[in-house]
Amino acid sequence: MLKITDLQKTFNPGTVNAKTALCGLDLTLEDGDFVTVIGGNGAGKSTMLNAIAGVWKPDYGTIEIDGIDVTNMPEHKRAKFLGRVFQDPMKGTSPDMEIDENLSIAARRGTKRKLVWGIKKNERDQYRELLATLELGLENRLSAKVGLLSGGQRQAVTLLMATLRRPKLLLLDEHTAALDPKTAAKVLEITDKLVTENKLTTLMITHNMHDAIAYGNRLIMMHEGRIVVDVSGEEKKKLTIAQLLGLFEKASGSEFANDKVMLSK
Amino acid sequence: MFFLNALPGAIAEGLIWGLMAIGVYISYKILDIADLTVDGSICTGMCVCAVLIKSGVPAWISVLAAFLAGAAAGVVTGLLHTALGIPSILAGILSQLMLYSVNLAILGGKSLVSFVGGQHSLMLSMSDNISSIIVAGIIIAAIIIVLWLFFYTEVGLTLKSTGDNPDMSRTQGIDVKFNKVLGLAISNGIVAFAGALLAQYKGSANINDGRGAIVIGLAAIFIGLSVSMKIKPNFVVSLIGVIGGGIVYYIIYNFVILLGLKTDYLKMLSAIIVAIFLAVPYIKGEYFKKQKPIKIKPVSSAEINAGGDANA
Repeated sequence: MLKITDLQKTFNPGTVNAKTALCGLDLTLEDGDFVTVIGGNGAGKSTMLNAIAGVWKPDYGTIEIDGIDVTNMPEHKRAKFLGRVFQDPMKGTSPDMEIDENLSIAARRGTKRKLVWGIKKNERDQYRELLATLELGLENRLSAKVGLLSGGQRQAVTLLMATLRRPKLLLLDEHTAALDPKTAAKVLEITDKLVTENKLTTLMITHNMHDAIAYGNRLIMMHEGRIVVDVSGEEKKKLTIAQLLGLFEKASGSEFANDKVMLSK
Repeated sequence: MFFLNALPGAIAEGLIWGLMAIGVYISYKILDIADLTVDGSICTGMCVCAVLIKSGVPAWISVLAAFLAGAAAGVVTGLLHTALGIPSILAGILSQLMLYSVNLAILGGKSLVSFVGGQHSLMLSMSDNISSIIVAGIIIAAIIIVLWLFFYTEVGLTLKSTGDNPDMSRTQGIDVKFNKVLGLAISNGIVAFAGALLAQYKGSANINDGRGAIVIGLAAIFIGLSVSMKIKPNFVVSLIGVIGGGIVYYIIYNFVILLGLKTDYLKMLSAIIVAIFLAVPYIKGEYFKKQKPIKIKPVSSAEINAGGDANA
């Protein structure tokens, strides 16, 4: 499904601010894998997701999606394989456009856009049904500007947009981190439902160890631009936070010192 | 009385500048680019139209040619910005400067080409303001309808999202760079089209025409939107508001001239109008924001005592 080989990326090379974010990352995902990704600040989690999405070109290495080498494919062309939700709820939707317009743009991801009506009539009914499954009351606000919605509602709409056209790979970059705990739980619940119902191959970054263990069938932990822990299946189901911290210390030779992770249950 | 006499002329010219402002609206409001190409492309439209009409080409073909010339200028700005990575504001300035030379070349090295008094059949003219208003009104109505339809197509919606949220647009597979070039082409095409109408109205094209057009366009947008956003904040009402803004601007302009202001100072006036419209929302929020408490029902001492009893 996804095959990353020896991926390397250094930001600001040749300057005092040079920062190696990925140093020889290898990762292979199977079809239907739901992988949670954890790691301290600067471990390279978001960098990995941005590399897959094509925000910039890596310095070295290759990325293959479903056997297609996408390493040099521009971001907007690669988008046909990917669904993405960002940490910032403002980033995934167009605030000055209506909910149905946002959804209709997402429904045409990867198609050639033509000079025909942007939203067909039967589409609105379909969107209403989909929005109803979110249980946020958005099904009656189809023509409301997305900018009027709360962060949690926008994130839920972004999730719908990311999955409206079934993506080969869903990339979630701490998509609940900017939300209050109750809303975050709700958005996570919607995420899990969408991913399991559609059997989507998913990479989900989280700062919450509990969530990382509770969701998905595989867990990877990153440190200094590499994957240092990789557990899946039965082993992952039985994992505890204490064991996870132990695994990390063994693999990286240092303590997992990150308040955000330590404090979250 | 003098003012009433000047009114039809102000409305006719205001309509044409309102159409130009619609071009500016597409770059400034929809694409979120302050495109300074328009100062040059409106003059390009005037020059192309004047030269073609003078050489006997029918007026409607001249106007379409002006549209294409303006669109080409927009493509140049767009490519400077997207393909060569030049900041959009600088790309516009560079295009504008290039267009000065291009416009001179179109005029054949002269600074003025006039076709007043010739045997040319024109679409509109200063000599007949009423029919100019009607013709300009019909053309503008047609353009607003076409734009309205276009911005609800698949392509049109992606143009809106490109300006509104480029990150989201790329994520949804939209070629943001291509869309910026396309949008700037449409915008400058309309601006040059308005320039062609203006050249016919005035019966001439001058190399210095159109200087400060971006400011007039922005003034029309701000005046128009300040009203139309209160009525209904949708696309068509906004465009009609922008046209209205152009007319209001030219009525103010004519009124100020009648008051005896020297025409030399009119560019200063345009700039001040735009500065005021840009500054007012900021000043309101920054200096005149009043604290308003949320109304909370006062709790009487009796209730507090009652609560105390219940706890005891």
